[in-house]
Amino acid sequence: MHHHLILRVITKLLVGTIILFAFYVQFHGDFSPGGGFQAGVIMAVAFILYGLVFGLNHVQRVLPPWVVHKMLALGVLIYAGTGVWNMMLGGEFLNYNIFSPLHPSHGQHSGILYVELGVGITVTGVMVAIYYAFAGRRPFIGDDDW
Amino acid sequence: MSAELQSVALSWQDQLPVLQIIIPFFAGPLIVLLGSRRLAWPMAFAASVAALVIAMMLLSRVIDGGFISYHMGGWAPPIGIEYRIDAANALVLVLIAAIAVVVLPFAKVSIAAEVPRRHHALFYAMFMLCFTGLMGVVITGDAFNVFVFLEISSLSTYVLVAKGASKDKRALTAAYDYLIMGTIGATFFVIGLGFLYMATGTLNMADLADRIALLGPNRTVQAGFAFIVIGMALKAAMFPLHHWLPNAYNYAPSAVTAFLAATATKAAVYVMLRFMFSVFQPEFVADSGVAAYIIGPLAVLAMFVASFIAVFQNNFKRMLAYSSIAQIGYMLLGISFFNHNGLTATMVHLFNHGITKAALFMAVGALVLRTGTTFYDRIAGMGRVMPFTGAAVVVAGLSLIGVPGTAGFISKWVLVQAAFDNGLWWMALAIMASSLLAVIYVWRVVEALYLKAPNPEAVHKEAPLMMIVPIWIMAGSTVWFGFDTSLTLGAAEMAATALLNGSSGLAEIATSAMQ
Amino acid sequence: MTLDYILGHMNYWFFVILMMIGLYIVISYGNLVKKIVGLNIFQAAVFMLYISMGKITGGTAPIFPTDLQGKIQIDPNIVYTNPVPHVLILTAIVVGIATTSLGLALIVRIREQYDSIEEQEILDIDAATAHAENLAHGQAMGGRA
Repeated sequence: MHHHLILRVITKLLVGTIILFAFYVQFHGDFSPGGGFQAGVIMAVAFILYGLVFGLNHVQRVLPPWVVHKMLALGVLIYAGTGVWNMMLGGEFLNYNIFSPLHPSHGQHSGILYVELGVGITVTGVMVAIYYAFAGRRPFIGDDDW
Repeated sequence: MSAELQSVALSWQDQLPVLQIIIPFFAGPLIVLLGSRRLAWPMAFAASVAALVIAMMLLSRVIDGGFISYHMGGWAPPIGIEYRIDAANALVLVLIAAIAVVVLPFAKVSIAAEVPRRHHALFYAMFMLCFTGLMGVVITGDAFNVFVFLEISSLSTYVLVAKGASKDKRALTAAYDYLIMGTIGATFFVIGLGFLYMATGTLNMADLADRIALLGPNRTVQAGFAFIVIGMALKAAMFPLHHWLPNAYNYAPSAVTAFLAATATKAAVYVMLRFMFSVFQPEFVADSGVAAYIIGPLAVLAMFVASFIAVFQNNFKRMLAYSSIAQIGYMLLGISFFNHNGLTATMVHLFNHGITKAALFMAVGALVLRTGTTFYDRIAGMGRVMPFTGAAVVVAGLSLIGVPGTAGFISKWVLVQAAFDNGLWWMALAIMASSLLAVIYVWRVVEALYLKAPNPEAVHKEAPLMMIVPIWIMAGSTVWFGFDTSLTLGAAEMAATALLNGSSGLAEIATSAMQ
Repeated sequence: MTLDYILGHMNYWFFVILMMIGLYIVISYGNLVKKIVGLNIFQAAVFMLYISMGKITGGTAPIFPTDLQGKIQIDPNIVYTNPVPHVLILTAIVVGIATTSLGLALIVRIREQYDSIEEQEILDIDAATAHAENLAHGQAMGGRA
């Protein structure tokens, strides 16, 4: 288990940094280039890298597949839920202005923040789910092959 | 921006266009999040019933002309995304929602028999996504939004088709073929939109129409038009581009086939109509000659070749798939006539064929439940064992042929009138002749179902009520709409008038009608 | 056709060539994975078409500069590229990813079932199945019955 010592150490160092960078990109999305799509992919890279170096079992202990599947749905619901919230406040679907009627630009900022959070969660989930799906596929062994 | 802020809060009735999309869209992820097999079906069903109610309310508001425009996120149309509902798409919305409501109870039994238990929750989530995508394609007034919703519905369709793999592994290759062709079609569509955007700098359909009209003859716009028509023709399975359809319909689970056959290609035909008449002006399309020299001949070919192949099938489900290609030929023929009756025929046939095929494919599902397959020699005699299913096949089959008193007759009658309007009497004869082919292939099924000894290997029992009721709702409505044409023909005529007048559209027609 | 014309439409040439390469791969190659690769090249061509059409000569990234207080400074002299095609193509890229992963997932399942990812072998297996079915259930027309 002591193969690739350098790889393991570097990975452990990198994973935290990558996640931190993902959060930076995520929460800066409404001021500068970035946002949920990019942050989600970067976040997923951290998990995928961990999985590549330490093996699928280890990463699935950190982020079990069922959690990933719920993340997919949760992110979409946050996005759509933001829109429904706007509708309940009396605006159009995804009309963020309504969040802060006196300062529409503030409303836009907070709306984008919620929506990007949803996007980020879903994209992370999707990327990790795709990795799990392909990496975790065991060749099917039929009853006759035993 | 301040003017918007002072606007009164929207009532729930103003929110109807977006609720139409958001309710089924919410149901999908919610099913996944709860992950409960028992809750999945009730949630999907509730969402589609809600969607149907909303679609009917929308139709009742626009059936007299006029349109509803909803601004996504409060951004005004040329910049923001607009949902725009008029008689043409409200009719298609009602069709899709109604099919979903009717197919879902049927699916509960059929899917339980055809799809492994652990996939059920995800299956209904996918079904809801597909439903959302189709509704979105129809409701939106933004050209790029059409592409996004189209791909939502297509991607979930590929998954749904592949779910048939537990019964027959060929579902996988069918889904793969569909994926390749569907993606090429969708990408062609995007290229077309790209050209339009280059020429006009806008993506809103109404705005596009205005600017294209201002541009005059323009090669970029013509290229865009060609790409869009070909892309949509692939999605709609226009005759030589239909290769994906027979396998996809044949190997998908029965409930999926029933839903897709009644909705997916119809949505694509609708998009084609919308682009040909609302975005590009009718005169532009007429000048290009696409309708008369490409769509028309191919539609006639489809009517004969596909019907001919259908006659020589040994499998009920596959026969219906080929018949679908032929029936899409009728719809495209209506477009190619390029007159009021022709478009009315297209819209009416879109609706009537949707309900007819839904009834037939659900009957197929009932037969699969009892016999396990759809080959003629296996379903032999089942009409006597399963009287309700068999009778539904006969009724819907008559509608497929176009016998007076059924919905299929209405659309073919209007189509023949359209042919005479253009002085193409031989085209009317061709429609009759291809209907005769339909008589043969429907007769082959009826012969197998009634005139042969029952297959001893099958379960000799009528299908459960959960299947019979949906089948008969659809079969009954083919008869109902064969007599009461006020809804279908009324909405279709309104839609045809609107389409032929180009985009600028419905508002003016409403006012001119009042004068 | 002057040199200026050819160079001036560079993005279109690349678009056309890439698109044709992609379509050619999809149509002519028998390997299912290669078909997906071809599809990706085809889509990449479209992405390029869109992104290049957003470019405005001398234009910079469409981000308004801010001063120290974070107030947006709008300078009418700065030319910005058109961000709309970029946004559109972001959506199209996501669709492309979904298509690719779904296609690959289907290929994995196909390989498990057919033990091959070569189109011709799969067609042969399907044809054999169809032939057996036709023998059992009577003849049919239209390819893989």
